[in-house]
Amino acid sequence: MTITTIRPDLLAIAELIRPAETVLDLGCGDGSLLRCLIDTRRVTGRGVELSQEGVLACVEKGVSVRQGDLHEGLGDYPDGAFDTVILSDTIPYLNDPAFVIREMLRAGRRAIVSFPNWGHWRCRWDFLRRGRAPVTPGLPQPWDAAPRARPLTMADFEDFCVRNGFHIASRVCLRGGRRLDCRYAANLRAEGVIFELK
Amino acid sequence: MNNHSVGIVQRQTFTFAEKEPMRLDSGEMLGPVTLAYETYGRLNAERSNAILICHALSGDSHVAGYYSAEDQSPGWWDECVGPGKAFDTERYFVICSNVIGGCQGSTGPGTINPQTGDPYGLRFPVITIGDMVRAQRHLIDHLGIERLLAVAGGSMGGMQVLQWAASYPERVRAALPIATTARHSPMLIAFGEVGRQAVYADPNWQGGDYYAGPRPAAGLAVARMVGHITYLSEQSMHHKFGRRLQARQRFGYDFGADFAVEGYLRHKGSRFTERFDANSYLYVTKAMDYFDLANGNGSLAAAFSQSKGIAYLVVSFTSDWLYPPYHSKELVSALTAAGADVTYCNLESTWGHDAFLLEVETMTGLVSNFLERVEKTVR
Repeated sequence: MTITTIRPDLLAIAELIRPAETVLDLGCGDGSLLRCLIDTRRVTGRGVELSQEGVLACVEKGVSVRQGDLHEGLGDYPDGAFDTVILSDTIPYLNDPAFVIREMLRAGRRAIVSFPNWGHWRCRWDFLRRGRAPVTPGLPQPWDAAPRARPLTMADFEDFCVRNGFHIASRVCLRGGRRLDCRYAANLRAEGVIFELK
Repeated sequence: MNNHSVGIVQRQTFTFAEKEPMRLDSGEMLGPVTLAYETYGRLNAERSNAILICHALSGDSHVAGYYSAEDQSPGWWDECVGPGKAFDTERYFVICSNVIGGCQGSTGPGTINPQTGDPYGLRFPVITIGDMVRAQRHLIDHLGIERLLAVAGGSMGGMQVLQWAASYPERVRAALPIATTARHSPMLIAFGEVGRQAVYADPNWQGGDYYAGPRPAAGLAVARMVGHITYLSEQSMHHKFGRRLQARQRFGYDFGADFAVEGYLRHKGSRFTERFDANSYLYVTKAMDYFDLANGNGSLAAAFSQSKGIAYLVVSFTSDWLYPPYHSKELVSALTAAGADVTYCNLESTWGHDAFLLEVETMTGLVSNFLERVEKTVR
């Protein structure tokens, strides 16, 4: 696989990873991000994925993956076992995100959390104008699709980090896969966002 | 015979511990020891493509292929071992040996004790999974293989895989424990004991000294019938038999086999006695009951503390109630804590424990992809 076939938001995460890091990807799906990190950053990568379909796809890509629920198995990883623990587009599906992120920061020296931003102006406009639950380009599924996702915004996540004592080291805002300047009205303008926590 | 078969194969034997007997986990000594084994494919010049497959309770060294052109029944994992199959014999040199304590060519209770000239019977020392693996290591030494590319097996075969990884981590590049456990649960021990009691209760058993007379076939058949129930799932029994009657239109109101499931169990039970020795059944089930990798190592994670260089593929099946997925999850937790490279998959299946032999298509993709990755890191 070449870099050009990688989703731009995954590529933006890859840019935050240094060569030869050890990386754990939670909710790694079909293993695309880990494969990209192995190929382009020579990382030692491990994944955790709930679905059998995802796990089989990971093995096909030559990615080491463990099938399971994030709320169950994270405690097995020793403290500081990884340089970076990634949670990409998975946080809307978690029942206890604070627990998962605490575990990420225990098992890793830093955590990278990315999600589609329901605070984007188009989501707000859709909600106001049409009175329908907003759908983001990052997660374009209707409210009743399985698994059920709980919308959150950049501002929600920042409040959550303050409440739980997670330090935000940096953030990257994305629109159409491109980086945006995060300084002005980021929660209105970003379609997707990547937080680096320590 | 189809094109994807390894073809006609031959059973070979290897004898060791002739001068100096092998010390067993029980403290007893055993020698000489013979292992029956088969190999498929070719060992490469670097001797780096060898895969050891370990068999389950009732298995033997005949994992694939046929013994003659007329032979109708291929080896027990023929669907997964052969050209282009999960364990591709075009790429890998596959080895399978009958366990010690077994009855298909390896030294066991039915073997003649060279000191007395009679079969060992119950004078054969009790063996463990550790002893089985120690004997296999002698065979691997004999074949001149420094490091196995992989050790793989389901059920009791999976226990041997884990024992290999714990005992000889430097000799194993990858481990594939399938539908198995790192420690036999009380329920598994209970089923083991029911099977053994069925053998003891057969008057032909004679305390194990039956080799000159009739065999304790009835007892062994009952043991096998109990075993077969545990290999299925409730759903697969519904699917396979339902409440269907067999060879009759209505209830017989007698004690013949009314139901298809009864006929199946009777058939499987009696077929088993044609090929399996009752004393071996006692020894091998006992070895499984003793299996507990945490014991003696402090904890399961400690047992795998040297596992960092091994890539694991742990597979369980959702409907397997004999070795339920939580056994594999405990194993995966311990391996994760030990920092091992572990891939775990809990495959959806309705076939119960037997799924490891029946889910051929999924297993083929999973195993061949996993082995391909492992092979790349060796080259």
